[in-house]
Amino acid sequence: MAWKGVERGGDGQPVWSGASAVAGAAAELQGGVQAEHAQAQARQAGEVILDLQHISLSFGGVKALTDISFDVREHEIRAIIGPNGAGKSSMLNVINGVYHPQQGRIVFRGEERRKMHPTAAARQGIARTFQNIALFKGMTVLDNIMTGRNTRFRSGLLANALWWGPARNEEMRHRQKVEEVIDFLEIQAIRKTPVGRLPYGLQKRVELARALAAEPSMLLLDEPMAGMNVEEKQDMCRFILDVNHQFGTTIVLIEHDMGVVMDISDRVVVLDYGKKIGDGTPEAVKANPDVIRAYLGAGH
Amino acid sequence: MQEPSATTFPRLLLAHAQQRPESPAYREKDLGIWQTYSWAQTAQEVRALACGLAALGFARGMNLAVVGDNRPRLYWAMCAAQALGGVPVPLYQDAIAGEMIYVLNDAEIDFAIVEDQEQVDKLLEVEEQLAAQGRKVRHIIYEDPRGLRDYDHPALMSYQRVQEIGREFDRANPGLFDQAVAAGAPDDTAIILYTSGTTGKPKGVCHSHSGLIGSARNGCAFDGLTAKDDVLSYLPMAWVGDNLFSYAQAMTAGFTVNCPESRETVMTDLREIGPTYYFAPPRIYENLLTQVMIRMEDAGWIKRKLFHWAMGVARRCGTDILDGKPVAVADRLRYAAGEALIFGPLRNVLGMSRIRVGYTAGEAIGPDLFRFYRSIGVNLKQFYGQTETCAYVCLQPDGNVKFDSVGPAAPGMEIRIADNGEVLVRGVGLLKAYYKRDDATREAINDDGYFMTGDAGVIDADGHLKIIDRAKDVGKLSDGAMFAPKYIENKLKFFQYIKEAVAFGTGRDSVCAFINIDFEAVGNWAERRHLAYAGYIDLAAQPEVIAMIAECVEQVNADLATDAMLAGSQISRFLILHKELDPDDDELTRTRKVRRGFIAEKYGVLVEALYAGKTEQFIETRVKFEDGREGSVSATLKLVDVKRIPPASAGAARAA
Repeated sequence: MAWKGVERGGDGQPVWSGASAVAGAAAELQGGVQAEHAQAQARQAGEVILDLQHISLSFGGVKALTDISFDVREHEIRAIIGPNGAGKSSMLNVINGVYHPQQGRIVFRGEERRKMHPTAAARQGIARTFQNIALFKGMTVLDNIMTGRNTRFRSGLLANALWWGPARNEEMRHRQKVEEVIDFLEIQAIRKTPVGRLPYGLQKRVELARALAAEPSMLLLDEPMAGMNVEEKQDMCRFILDVNHQFGTTIVLIEHDMGVVMDISDRVVVLDYGKKIGDGTPEAVKANPDVIRAYLGAGH
Repeated sequence: MQEPSATTFPRLLLAHAQQRPESPAYREKDLGIWQTYSWAQTAQEVRALACGLAALGFARGMNLAVVGDNRPRLYWAMCAAQALGGVPVPLYQDAIAGEMIYVLNDAEIDFAIVEDQEQVDKLLEVEEQLAAQGRKVRHIIYEDPRGLRDYDHPALMSYQRVQEIGREFDRANPGLFDQAVAAGAPDDTAIILYTSGTTGKPKGVCHSHSGLIGSARNGCAFDGLTAKDDVLSYLPMAWVGDNLFSYAQAMTAGFTVNCPESRETVMTDLREIGPTYYFAPPRIYENLLTQVMIRMEDAGWIKRKLFHWAMGVARRCGTDILDGKPVAVADRLRYAAGEALIFGPLRNVLGMSRIRVGYTAGEAIGPDLFRFYRSIGVNLKQFYGQTETCAYVCLQPDGNVKFDSVGPAAPGMEIRIADNGEVLVRGVGLLKAYYKRDDATREAINDDGYFMTGDAGVIDADGHLKIIDRAKDVGKLSDGAMFAPKYIENKLKFFQYIKEAVAFGTGRDSVCAFINIDFEAVGNWAERRHLAYAGYIDLAAQPEVIAMIAECVEQVNADLATDAMLAGSQISRFLILHKELDPDDDELTRTRKVRRGFIAEKYGVLVEALYAGKTEQFIETRVKFEDGREGSVSATLKLVDVKRIPPASAGAARAA
């Protein structure tokens, strides 16, 4: 379901953003969303929650990341952009603990580490989505989202296998949380559908739902809008903003759609060939000559 | 337990709360689980809301707008307004803002209870225009707070907040609620329903408590509805039928109203609830059947053989078994086998396992469709009524269901046919008046107290009413032959491939038709023949599709040729429209009835081209998107001639 709201643009006049958006939707996105985001921004000032210092990652002779340093403040939306192969997904994988950097330190919530472990990352409230969708295709949407609650399940294998009293009660509590996520992302109608049968856009939404089910304090999104049409992108933007505003979740976002990045992110990091070539607000980055040359092109 | 004999809806509610406090009254699917509200709980909630409204200044005689999908809280809002002596005015939830302005102004709305952000936005959008007409909706009360967190408007308040205020007010003024309920008279207006109006501005139909309760009680007695029944409430609250089924009858008999989770989940929720009393317009029954047939074609060889065998048995004796007529033992055994293997599971999949009474109305239903459902054991019946008669004029009794008529007069109602063929109605369900339109009221009700329905009909030998068409639409061709456009359009729509049809011919020398194809059915048909298509416009223009539709039209002609009165109105030419007719473009009413005059004007160039004998015509049409913006769609349409059958050889044609 698309936005049915009347967004008020910067001057207070209604800016229509409707169900069957055609060309110009991105422009409308800008007007209405920017105003609201600026408002929300003014409310939230954050401490640095994640600090990456001099991260270098290489696979044999291939240097995926070279001496990258940037920080992420709490409650902000941080975008990582750059041409293909720049190392964006690798960066996310380092934050998450999937890859371990050869050099550098990760400071998360004041705790310093040489490398992150995925389980530790999950337990500390980092959740992520994957570029190519890592859902269990044979399971229903509901079950997939339940797996996002995995770290919070306390009862053991036997109790769950026999569906013993305490295990059952625990599952009911978790089910309620999952239903709230389903309600939030408006996917009630596909609750019992096996994920493999869903169209791509809905699978991405289920992936987001699974990440949200973990109640993360920081959400890593790897190209959440890849392969979506304008209407689906609007929906996804709306959901990401709602997550940020309503739950205060910090969001680190890899995205190629410049319109989306400029509209919804607070600060942007630009990578190219594994090196950082820009870091700052969207306007500053857009004007940066290095960024323009490497990625944006003269048109922007 | 006896049905309470209270005479207004709030008093009925309180009576149920006393007699069956723990019985389920309303169910709503929330967070994936059906939440039940008992009669006692409902009474408490209504009380809290009513006191809250009273505290905010809602008084006797005021009107309360109610807009949203079917939610228990919105039904409670209607009862709360009635408890204070006010009148609920439900609006269609998919109306665009501009359409709401007229009703909000005409009904002098100060208070509105709405479902969610979408409805709030619409009301806020029209605030300026309403102010220009001197009207202000002072209180907009919303039920679902999602998305409304950052809204900062003085008129906005949440439903929960109003109920909190209400509970305090109740404590401070005990007895005020009970007094207000006791002060209600059966003759008070219970609800104002605006008719969608195929012509002119909508009129507010006022029904009294006694009219609705009387119709509801008679209907419940007729079908044996009790407090144990379940109904699925998914049709617009602004429609008189939903008010009759999900409010009036529910309050009278005390059965449970189940509200689905969202529009997309209605079919799933239907299966989960398994209502015992169900209503759907003919197109929903048709859609279900189409889906079943499409999926059957994909099934394995054995299943298909079994299905077709079972359907053969059903066709032969199914309806007779349902009607309780005598049937041979061998056939009964075959039907029993079919029941176990096919009909039972099929009804289960459709969600119709528990249906004791299934109604349909609003449009004529194809005899094949009707026969299909009755033959597999779904007690599908028709009724006839309109907004002005509480949707209660004719009901088909169990065991005496004829496919081409709508049944005898319902208990408490009388029907007569005027000299000009118009159907006249009198009885318990008649409207009180049109809101602030005494002139229209006088026009609509004649001196003997009969309401003039505007439909042309005949009463057959068994006393069953047969509707032909809207009286003013029945016209004559230039040679004097009778032309009933709706009759022809219905015959065309009985084919699964044709979704909508518009027939022209008054004052002309022949009949021509516009046709909308059903995208799903025709798409499926095209795929089986390996025809590629790129969307609706492309599919509608394919020569094979046009030829297939032409065959359907010719079949209709053959049918018409057998009736002496109608043989002259066979269709001579038709075209397939490039775009579906849509209520958002004002081509159909919100209840999907064709606006023939408007369509004739908008597509005038096509009508002229048809009658001029052209073989193709370019057309560009303006369309309105769901958010109110406009765009345009254009195409070159082929105009096709069809064979007509001269009446003399009609007998031969039928034999052929």
